[in-house]
Amino acid sequence: MQNNAIDFKRQVTVKLADIKLQGALSRLQSRFVEGRSAVISEIADLPETRNAAAAIRDRVLNDLEHWLLQFEQQATARGAIVHWAETDEDVNRIVAGIARQHGVRTAAKSKSMVSEECELNDALEQAGVEVMETDLGEYILQLAHEAPSHIVAPVVHKNKEEVADLFAEKHQLPRKTGIAELCREAREILRPAFLNADMGISGANFLVAETGSALIVTNEGNGRLVTTLPRVHVAITGIEKVVPTLEDVSTLVRLLPRSATGQSITNYVSVLTGTRGDADHDGPEHFHIVLLDNGRSKLLGSDMQEMLRCIRCGACMNHCPVYQNIGGHAYGWVYPGPMGSILTPLLSGLEKSPDLPNASTFCGACAAVCPVKIPLPDLLRKLREQQMERGMKSRQETFMLKAWAWLALRPNLYALATRIAVRVMRLLGGKERLLHRLPGAHGWSDGRDFPAPAGRTFRELYRQGGRK
Amino acid sequence: MSAREAILGRIRNARNGKDRHEQAAGATEAIAAHLARHPRGPAPAMPGDLPARFRERALKLSSDVLETADRKEVPTLLARYLNERKLPLAGVCWPSLIGLPWSSAGLDMQSRPARDSDLVGVTGAFCAIAETGTLMLLSGAETPATTSLLPETHVAVIDPRRIVATMEDAWDLLRQECRQPPRAVNFVSGPSRTADIEQTVTLGAHGPYRVLLILAPAR
Ligand code: SF4
Repeated sequence: MQNNAIDFKRQVTVKLADIKLQGALSRLQSRFVEGRSAVISEIADLPETRNAAAAIRDRVLNDLEHWLLQFEQQATARGAIVHWAETDEDVNRIVAGIARQHGVRTAAKSKSMVSEECELNDALEQAGVEVMETDLGEYILQLAHEAPSHIVAPVVHKNKEEVADLFAEKHQLPRKTGIAELCREAREILRPAFLNADMGISGANFLVAETGSALIVTNEGNGRLVTTLPRVHVAITGIEKVVPTLEDVSTLVRLLPRSATGQSITNYVSVLTGTRGDADHDGPEHFHIVLLDNGRSKLLGSDMQEMLRCIRCGACMNHCPVYQNIGGHAYGWVYPGPMGSILTPLLSGLEKSPDLPNASTFCGACAAVCPVKIPLPDLLRKLREQQMERGMKSRQETFMLKAWAWLALRPNLYALATRIAVRVMRLLGGKERLLHRLPGAHGWSDGRDFPAPAGRTFRELYRQGGRK
Repeated sequence: MSAREAILGRIRNARNGKDRHEQAAGATEAIAAHLARHPRGPAPAMPGDLPARFRERALKLSSDVLETADRKEVPTLLARYLNERKLPLAGVCWPSLIGLPWSSAGLDMQSRPARDSDLVGVTGAFCAIAETGTLMLLSGAETPATTSLLPETHVAVIDPRRIVATMEDAWDLLRQECRQPPRAVNFVSGPSRTADIEQTVTLGAHGPYRVLLILAPAR
């Protein structure tokens, strides 16, 4: 997907003023945030389970080479063909090649964020393959020519009226208004796509090294359909998705849906191994697994490796006050929210997304809910440090940070400067005790007032109050 | 250099220190040991009656649950269920279930994989999981995956003695009874659903609209 992260600041202004979007985002908070908190307590020992989940991911990441080889060997032994892709373009070339090899004209696709990285659909259309998205959210986006704005709920930015208008226009059927009717209409339109597709395309939430299986979680059943009916199945995923054993993957499945949508388990968890047996009535004759690197391997062994633990549950964005206010599109690429603010710069370049590491208040909500305990604020801070070291900050910001650092290293001067500053601000605040404008930070004070300080610094108050 | 070698090479180089060969030998052994032990993570304790827990969880997931001590009663229960909902009295089932007295209950049941036009699909289950109210289905010639997928109503006949506590227990059962996992292991937890439009849950997305679980001991 084209990376527009450079445009972040301008997009934020647009999104904050978008009333429809603001309504849509409030639903996300009530459904997903409250949903998670209602079911996460079902896990008897949550801290231990999160520790175990992080350890499972670390075990693989610390020796990804051998776990990948183990996976490849098992998958191949069961008749799957494993492909390796360096870049998004390689994925497109490989999948187009598979389509050509098997004479594929039509493909039905279930949701895959990795394929969004690649803009696979466009590449396949160019290769003469008709692709139909079958996840309801992704199907809506395909009709509307839009990008997903959330990794789990891709169409969270749209309300049902917009979907109703879109369906009426594209399906040429009477306009439906109820959500259930809209879902039924999509089901009926998409059914033939499943039945007639030559190729099914899916992601894989996990790859099980023990058995060479791809594991897919879905609710709608489209993931099962595209991996059961077409004669060719292609699963596309990142190289980091390997998990050692069936037990290990069970621990992760206990956390993933609860963290993502507040479900104890998704409707379907499918563990797919190899091709159809001789006597089988269903299942693909050809099973291809495409493993994408696209910048992931260079994070191994770096101080950013922990990001590769991510199981794409979306909890960090659901709980992020920044995401909750601007939605996913402002982030400019496939992955939004805290995880996206780290992954986008890491995978496609810090210089292309200079604002993302700074799109955080460091409130820590993301790290508190992350099922695999990724220290997201720490990683964001490291990216900010890199920006500073590489001279990527504006001159004004660099000057201010340097000035502050200089001052902070001189405690007496610091005390004096802050004593003066709080008194001046107190004076400027007047009776209302509010500052309407902050020089040099009007981006902050345009939308709200800054409460004037009490007139004395913390240190003064502390000394006066005495140590308790 | 192929993409495979390039990627694996980069991963190898990212690993710090130590002699590569020594490390490689140690790694292979460590992997083999972990696979052989396949240790479990923390799982919820599940004291007491597994079928009761299964039923409670399944109902929460919007499955319907019926129970009978006599497997021969299954067709009668199903006929009543379908009649109450004004659903068609015809469907397809797994071959192992065709021996039940379907026609005397007024049901037209055929033993074959499901097609798009079939409205009721009756399956068994490899086992069921009490923790989440989930069915574990294995694909195979005698257990086609389409039966639980294409029809609008999926009916699963479950032996209550095959209800295990957790997904980990289900994998153990699979290891005991099968040489290797089949092409597809499908864990099914209620009717298909979507919450993509306004995060409002709607039952019946691309899979079944309703799932009926009938607990009936196998002889
Ligand atoms: S970073 Fe953590 S919380 Fe965010 S999507 Fe990944 S696993 Fe989920």
